[in-house]
Amino acid sequence: MPNKIVKKRSLIPGSTSEVVIEAPHIAAKAKPGNFVILRVWDQGERIPLTIADADARKGTITIVYLVLGKTTAHLETLKEGDSILDLCGPLGRPTHIEKVGTVICVGGGTGIAAMHHIAKGNHLAGNHVVAMVGARSKDLLLFVDELQAFCPEVLVSTDDGTCGQKGFVTDLLKERLCSEYQISPSELDSVKTSLADRLATDKGIAEVVAVGPVPMMRAVAQVVKPFGVKTTVSLNSIMVDGMGMCGACRVTVGGVVKFACVDGPEFDGQLVDFNELASRLGAFRTQEKISSEHFHKGGCCTHG
Amino acid sequence: MDEKKPKRAAVRTPMPEQPAEVRRNNFNEVALGYTLEQAMQEAQRCLQCKTPVCEKGCPVEVNIKQFVGLVAKGDVPAAYQKLLETNSLPAVCGRVCPQETQCEEVCILAKKGQPVCIGRLERFAADQFVASSACEQVTGKNACAIIDEKLRVACIGSGPASLTAAGYLAGLGIKVTVFEALHELGGVLVYGIPEFRLPKSIVRREVEGLRTLGVEFITNYVGGKTITVQELFDQGYKAVFIGVGAGLPWFLGIPGETLIGVFSSNEYLTRINLGRAYDFPNWDTPIFPAKNVVVFGGGNVAMDAARTALRLGAENVTIAYRRTKQEMPARIEEVHHAVEEGVQFELLCAPVAFLGDEKGYLKGVKLQRMCLGEPDASGRCSPVPVEDEYFELICDLAVIAVGTGPNPILLSNTPGLKLTRRGYIEVNETTQETSIQNLYAGGDISTGSATVIAAMGAGRKAAKAIYERLMQNR
Repeated sequence: MPNKIVKKRSLIPGSTSEVVIEAPHIAAKAKPGNFVILRVWDQGERIPLTIADADARKGTITIVYLVLGKTTAHLETLKEGDSILDLCGPLGRPTHIEKVGTVICVGGGTGIAAMHHIAKGNHLAGNHVVAMVGARSKDLLLFVDELQAFCPEVLVSTDDGTCGQKGFVTDLLKERLCSEYQISPSELDSVKTSLADRLATDKGIAEVVAVGPVPMMRAVAQVVKPFGVKTTVSLNSIMVDGMGMCGACRVTVGGVVKFACVDGPEFDGQLVDFNELASRLGAFRTQEKISSEHFHKGGCCTHG
Repeated sequence: MDEKKPKRAAVRTPMPEQPAEVRRNNFNEVALGYTLEQAMQEAQRCLQCKTPVCEKGCPVEVNIKQFVGLVAKGDVPAAYQKLLETNSLPAVCGRVCPQETQCEEVCILAKKGQPVCIGRLERFAADQFVASSACEQVTGKNACAIIDEKLRVACIGSGPASLTAAGYLAGLGIKVTVFEALHELGGVLVYGIPEFRLPKSIVRREVEGLRTLGVEFITNYVGGKTITVQELFDQGYKAVFIGVGAGLPWFLGIPGETLIGVFSSNEYLTRINLGRAYDFPNWDTPIFPAKNVVVFGGGNVAMDAARTALRLGAENVTIAYRRTKQEMPARIEEVHHAVEEGVQFELLCAPVAFLGDEKGYLKGVKLQRMCLGEPDASGRCSPVPVEDEYFELICDLAVIAVGTGPNPILLSNTPGLKLTRRGYIEVNETTQETSIQNLYAGGDISTGSATVIAAMGAGRKAAKAIYERLMQNR
């Protein structure tokens, strides 16, 4: 059977799961940063999900999803051995990865899973990868073991302090950047652009990659800005076809309208209009609620 | 047998339709189709010309004279068989071809009065044939045993160009595999053309017909991503046909275009057609309901979007177009249907900005008045802005239907492929072969936005050339 779920594991019970799917044609080509579009049943919606890992030899790809709307709730009802009706990919431009030195990879929520694939790619390219992951509390942290398997540094923060440092992941980032450039966080606010100019040529930290909820990516971009370090964010816009046909995923980057599906999903975090992105992500909120309620009332059949 | 000639009617047999006030509330097909009696009556109007000029007007060379003659006698299975000899998708063509500028335009009867309704008869024969399940009769004739398992051809895309190429080759005993990027087969016939103009069941039936001819279909494969042209050759395909459509929506490049409620026609129609958003939440894909809709453009896609918006319950639907109705590229019938159903037209105006609220939702559009100037390259009068004349339309949903460009996914992943100045695939006009040997292309990806039948014509031309090359090299 194509697209068979060969392994399923609950990462955060009732909220986040990981599925390993048999899809040799996608696994053979999937690169960090790529995504797939899937459909769970024959009246289903196409939704994009980032590829968290791929194993070309085994012919599998790994997807991590947060049970949020109707389609992910439906996906959650599938078990090992079941098949995903439609699976299409790999889509999007892969992450631009080259040997540059130190790369900080920041992840939040299910974005940690997508970030994992990018971190792994950077590690394989010979970069020193510093992974920073954050969650509200310890139980909601994902992929820490997987990241520790290859990242020389995995820094963890939780909002409630149940694991790693207490606070936001962006605090970790701020501290790390300040120590790297030998300034104190309090100094940071006052130096800003001059600092950016001075440090732009410093290749200590070559890039910061952030994948996660919009507020987190926006905060990361703000933290990095004064340091002038290249900032890459991966956007999770609404998509229909995922291959440049519809433009649902359009996003303004540096004043120019881009399609997240074919021009991205990764863009320069300093140039993305995050307000617009956040607003467009909510375009179908009312319908999403109706769809979820319909599903939970049993208004939607499950496929065999 | 009484051989007395029936009296020839001067006027065309009207097509039964759902009344406008009824159909604007449903997604069922507008035109209901002829009965056998109506079809025979219409077919008997045909003069059976010695030299049928109508056939020269047809990109896929349908044997119009013969098939119409067979319908006139009431021999529908034979008429269908005749159609299938050159046209893999007659039920589709009978519905969406612009016959008025092709076969019917040159019909001898058109010179003095009204041409034969060739399109309606084509549709009748195709529909009736399926209804009377004369399938084996016909496919038995058209299906050929595979000549040689090694002679395999791949088609990328499953729209009208690819389906035609696949059907033609399969009919000659060539093994064809069609790769489709979306989850459903039919390309623009499924995601673009609405149910009320071309029911999905019709497309599915035509596709199933091709499957019985031995065509293999693989969905969810994106040409250039999941599989590249070179990989197809490496896998042993002797020829590859690209029929992926244009597929990159043009936007207007004006302020406010990313407001919530502004859609490309591709997104709007794909959600509703491919995703069946009109049956939400039974189907999962949503579209939000809107009261006031403005559609920009004057082609068939604009008409489709406007008529779709009406059916989804919009109170006011307006088509805003830069020129006048005379210059509209849409089929007359489509404009006529739109008017009947209550679509309003705001002519000689062009949008300059979308207006939104603080939450990012569309509230209206600012337009500039235009007037007609000198004819441009297309031969139509060009729109010229009238200085300082602006007005606003209230709208909570806007659809931009001003055309499409070439989608770069496959093109940028096919090194060595020569493109035209406009970015489409350059092809040899006789064979449809591209700059890469054994790689062919046809349809919107080589011409830019055109018609279903033009794409089918290109698919057929390519298939002929592919077949000849395969036979030469055997």
